[in-house]
Amino acid sequence: MSGQRTGREPVAVVGIGQTKHAAARRDVSLAGLVREAALRALDDAQLSWADVDAVVLGKAPDFFEGVMMPELYLADALGAAGKPVLRVHTAGSVGGSTALVAADLVAARVQRTVLAVAFEKQSESNAMWGLSLPVPFQQPLLAGAGGFFAPHVRAYIRRSGAPGGVGALVAYKDRRNALRNPWAHLHEHGITLEQVRSSPMLWDPVRYSETCPSSDGACAVVLTDRAGAARAPHPPAWVHGGAMRSEPTLFAGKDFVSPRAGRDCAAEVYRQAGITDPRREIDVAELYVPFSWYEPMWLENLGFAAEGEGWKLTASGATEPGGELPVNPSGGVLSTNPIGASGLIRFAEAALQVRGTAGEHQVDGARTALGHAYGGGAQFFSMWVVGRRPPTT
Amino acid sequence: MPEILTAPLTVSFPFTRSLGPVQSAFLTGLRERTVLGVRTTDGRVLVPPVEYDPVTAGEIRDLAEVAPTGTVTTWAWNPAPRDKQPLRTPFAWVLVRLDGADTALLHVLDAPGPHAVRTGMRVRIRWAPERTGAITDIGCFEPYEDEPGEDETAAGKAGAGEDRAREAGHRPAAPHDGVFDAPVTGIVTPARLDYTYTPGRAMSRHLAALAEHRITGERCPSCRKVHVPPRGVCPTCGVPTTEQTEVGPHGTVTTFCVVNIKAKGAGIDVPYVYAHIALDGADLALHARIGGIPYDEVRMGMRVAPVWTGDARHPDHFRPTGEPDAAYDTYKELL
Repeated sequence: MSGQRTGREPVAVVGIGQTKHAAARRDVSLAGLVREAALRALDDAQLSWADVDAVVLGKAPDFFEGVMMPELYLADALGAAGKPVLRVHTAGSVGGSTALVAADLVAARVQRTVLAVAFEKQSESNAMWGLSLPVPFQQPLLAGAGGFFAPHVRAYIRRSGAPGGVGALVAYKDRRNALRNPWAHLHEHGITLEQVRSSPMLWDPVRYSETCPSSDGACAVVLTDRAGAARAPHPPAWVHGGAMRSEPTLFAGKDFVSPRAGRDCAAEVYRQAGITDPRREIDVAELYVPFSWYEPMWLENLGFAAEGEGWKLTASGATEPGGELPVNPSGGVLSTNPIGASGLIRFAEAALQVRGTAGEHQVDGARTALGHAYGGGAQFFSMWVVGRRPPTT
Repeated sequence: MPEILTAPLTVSFPFTRSLGPVQSAFLTGLRERTVLGVRTTDGRVLVPPVEYDPVTAGEIRDLAEVAPTGTVTTWAWNPAPRDKQPLRTPFAWVLVRLDGADTALLHVLDAPGPHAVRTGMRVRIRWAPERTGAITDIGCFEPYEDEPGEDETAAGKAGAGEDRAREAGHRPAAPHDGVFDAPVTGIVTPARLDYTYTPGRAMSRHLAALAEHRITGERCPSCRKVHVPPRGVCPTCGVPTTEQTEVGPHGTVTTFCVVNIKAKGAGIDVPYVYAHIALDGADLALHARIGGIPYDEVRMGMRVAPVWTGDARHPDHFRPTGEPDAAYDTYKELL
């Protein structure tokens, strides 16, 4: 089935780097932040700046940090002088889109080795402000970030008949997973399910412990062609499929619980990767879950569970690290959320799993993994499937 | 056709910046009336300094002090300074290569008029009286005549200003450790953008009707769906929408959340209910607050009606009508 992509150069992930994510990285400038992730990715690939042919940079809205066109300022830090630099912007999904734009440059044989970097420094910005400009003639509702998502969670609970406690299970799992990921922002040692369940109810039905943090952080991956992969010092992750889909934020028939763009994006990425039964064929998934309940919602949207059945998969423990389909063994967005980087972290963590280099949060025997990102008002989706073996084209 | 509305939209926010080691030294230096550059791998001195070599991409940390005097490399006259620009009176934007530096710094030159500015002229820093560790610690540049005898080479060439400047520029920058007491590690950079906003024709029609306490949408000629508020185009079919249709005023709560944390600037007491409401005749839900009922009695399917207060254009909130709740199947596509 991978033959659908015949003619494309196979793309390998040979370098992965992340910053230590934190509420505030006051020790570094924006340049220092992206540099830290990029250097770790180059070190992992045992490459130097001169080995990189092009740089693709992604972040969420410029308004967040108030640096317009940060790719100009960051070109030096990313060794981009004299090379093509591309900026990608697709809201919260941008980290994933950034990796896919970089992968396409290699697949199309435009470049041989491309550095993809995504970042956000939320401590220097105000995401709420950046997203909620006071537009004249509109009534400000000021419900907060969770106020946008919580009604969709209630809609999912009503539609699926899920019992109320499933969201807390997701948060409890992801926060414990983060304890095995040294880069994660939140390390809540000794966290209990009871603490999650009794944390303040912010936007009923969403509790405090079921929401993502605000983080400073960056992530970088080095993508290369077959020749580059052959020279790589460590086993690469191979890209078996990559897809992006968009839809309007609001339209008659929009399904916020299971957006069509997400379903279509998943169908395309599975088609490319030759996957017909994702639950059986995918060993581990890194999904963009900013609020706990989005795990069961995405399990359905991505075809891991039938409609209305996602919560059963979560409640059964299948998405735990030792389960049938581990979801977010890194701790996920619920434990680390530098918005612009969050999608690339999902993609990078999927690649780490199939390379077998995820450290303490490695899923044993992971051969095929899904990285998923979404953003805007469930407007943009980007996904990739990576595998331990090269695609069979 | 109602008038198309416009209104000023001002966006402002005090962004913060973590400076990192090089910008920290540079800005702290300005506070101490010391201008620091950074030396690149190929030996050039960049002012203002950067953290990474533009040629090799290597980390560069060798700081060097340059002179407070320099040469204008190019300029543009600004006859009408705007609010927050460094000088109130007309001035020149200048690129100044400070003596000892290999690159030019953007700043402003206080000069009586464009006739008094030229490329190659000598200038010096006029320090701000109050300095905090910011680029504005350099209040501006001002014209400057090198004193005769200050530079022996130049002294022999009195009147040859260009030569004198070239010689001055060759003064080597002095190595500097960049260490100061109480270094500045972060700054606040207020940003402000002023727009004129117009909601456009379709939204203006909708807003004019709202002022008469009517809620209107527009029907797509292709898919027949009614969008509220209207955008003038169907987001699904991509065709213009022109057919006005009045919706509501009653509607159904399709989903909601209970907001328990007070949003900054919101004059609403918590907890309150933020709901999606499908008005009768509309094909997607709008978002509004529910009032007139305890927050914990709001439910999906509850029938509601808008409540206008004072002169406000928008309903203040929606209240229960007392009608029987709508069956889930009647609104399940409108969540």
